Amino acid sequence: METPPQRNANMAQIFHRSTNFISRFSLFAGIFLAGLALTGVLGLARSPYFTRQNVTRSQPVQFSHKHHVGDDGIDCRYCHTSVETSATAGIPQTKTCMSCHSVLFNNVGYLEPIRESYRTDASIEWVKVHRLADYVYFNHSIHVSKGVGCSTCHGRVDQMPLMFQANTLLMQWCLDCHRNTEMALRPLDKVYDMAWRPAANQAEIGRQYKAERNIRNTSELSSCSTCHR
Amino acid sequence: MSAGDTHVNSPEIQRLARVIEPGHSYATVTDKIASIVLTRPTSLGWLAGFSIAFTLMMVLMGSIAWLVTKGVGIWGINIPIGWGFAIVNFVWWIGIGHAGTLISAILFLLNQKWRTSINRFAEAMTLFAVACAGIFPLIHTGRPWMAYYMFPYPSTMGIWPQFRSPLIWDVFAVSTYGTVSALFWFVGLIPDLATLRDRATNKAAQIIYGMLAMGWRGSARHWHRYQSAYLLLAGLATPLVLSVHSVISFDFSIAIVPGWHTTVFPPYFVAGAIYSGFAMVLTIAIPLRKAYDLEDFITMRHLENMAKVMLATGLIVAYGYFFEFFMSLYSGNKFDVFLVQQRLHGPYSSYYYALILCNILTPQVLWFQKMRTNVAVLFVMSLVINVGMWLERFVIVVISLTRDFMPSAWGRYQPTFWDWSTFIGTLGLFVSLLFLFVRALPAISIAEMRELVHTSEDHE
Repeated sequence: METPPQRNANMAQIFHRSTNFISRFSLFAGIFLAGLALTGVLGLARSPYFTRQNVTRSQPVQFSHKHHVGDDGIDCRYCHTSVETSATAGIPQTKTCMSCHSVLFNNVGYLEPIRESYRTDASIEWVKVHRLADYVYFNHSIHVSKGVGCSTCHGRVDQMPLMFQANTLLMQWCLDCHRNTEMALRPLDKVYDMAWRPAANQAEIGRQYKAERNIRNTSELSSCSTCHR
Repeated sequence: MSAGDTHVNSPEIQRLARVIEPGHSYATVTDKIASIVLTRPTSLGWLAGFSIAFTLMMVLMGSIAWLVTKGVGIWGINIPIGWGFAIVNFVWWIGIGHAGTLISAILFLLNQKWRTSINRFAEAMTLFAVACAGIFPLIHTGRPWMAYYMFPYPSTMGIWPQFRSPLIWDVFAVSTYGTVSALFWFVGLIPDLATLRDRATNKAAQIIYGMLAMGWRGSARHWHRYQSAYLLLAGLATPLVLSVHSVISFDFSIAIVPGWHTTVFPPYFVAGAIYSGFAMVLTIAIPLRKAYDLEDFITMRHLENMAKVMLATGLIVAYGYFFEFFMSLYSGNKFDVFLVQQRLHGPYSSYYYALILCNILTPQVLWFQKMRTNVAVLFVMSLVINVGMWLERFVIVVISLTRDFMPSAWGRYQPTFWDWSTFIGTLGLFVSLLFLFVRALPAISIAEMRELVHTSEDHE
């Protein structure tokens, strides 16, 4: 095949020699940049910036779980009373606070919002830390009664001076557990034990609990309508 | 036409057998095709045509904006008819694209010389049709900004798309089709882009065509690699001609809805796609060769061959209709029998009769060579078949969905203003892109036409 006749009177090169390098380089750079952008977006979706994992929130009163749970040894259910029976664990009423703080630290300044709430009957506006999407049906009671402990999802609350999400709360994270239930199941008397750790043969014990407690199989637990009803 | 040996060499037969009119050299071929892009002034006709198409494209933009604002409720769809125009138009557009790939890939592998002058704009047509097709499922999701969910990427949800769903197969089929068609088209364009680069007199055109030509010098080594690449891409594109529309037909045939759940769908969808695609190629080729005096390159042989392909694929489609009909009755399945009754006597029976008229009865005139070589008849036929193939998808989507198993689940479908404006808008997008293409890129492959001149000389 012949080259086409050159009609162009001005035969100077349109492109400089360096264009050869630039064009080859830009091919690789383009692939690299696209990969980088994709990694960045996927990384960002998992970052604390989006998930708010490990981010403490400012509360009306800087309540310390570390002090109340870790130091004083108060059981989770003393405040979160509905965790065994309903979908939400429950945020305590002011009178729960006052059951102790009417006599303990009853004149310190930073507890004034508690006393004011008690006097005026206006709720304290606690900032919710573990917020699931509205289209997720989540129920605390089923998890607790089947032997999933508090610390499995909420982390070592007894070591948190200020509350934060220990986990991402991404759907991936929910499914990790729903697909491997045996790894999260404890003896029922250890559900509120902050220090519980899986045993060496957890998979085996877990499978036994799974059978005893009639826990459904993976395909049911990971079906869409289990959580999105 | 009385039989006789002398007829083989008669001027009339020779005229109809030519893939390029005599008297052309490398230079005239190049001049003629390149001049459309480089030297011919923008004609008034082009401006008028483009303005109309562009206005319609703006109608599409407006319709999509309104759709995003209000939601899919502005369309006539509602349960039980969840698909409506969006899917009708999607299947219609994607089918149209198939002729481009058939011409450029399969006819290339079969060494059919008559593909040469029509493959470039047929491939462009494929790309633009895929672009129009792609819009519909995207906006039909209701939330097009979430459409990336359909791709298997490592999401934070810990789940993959439902690979058992034909809609996911669609995503792969259409995106593969779009990618391979674009690559094939671009690789084919490279030598021509270099020709345009060398002939362009203005600096901007030199740079743009130069960058797109990617340093093509026309050396033997370039040609060698180019031809290997082109052959490989033709090999890649060939299965797509059959697979893409088969996958589209699975959208229907995988479901249990009466009238959809049938094994004849994949082959007859593919035949229908090629049927409508060739009709669209003719719809474009006839005005194009007239407007730019390309009768020498897009000869009567091309038009007649395309008419023959239409006739053949049209008969396959007719076979499909017949067996769809026959199997429904033969099966004795009461829902299938009822659907046949609904097609013949139901509220949409007029669409069904119009479909039979457009797709089966009218195209029978193509049996006659007089008709196949009459440009006006061919143009009208191409339009009729385009309408017919659109009606086919309408009949399939709407009649089945409005009349499935239980009378309580029956419904009616009435397209709204926005259904029509979106559909007509995509016609505007399609034609706008074609107008821009004809003006900015060689509508006929210069390099392949030169090759054709070369081989024609060998034979003479």
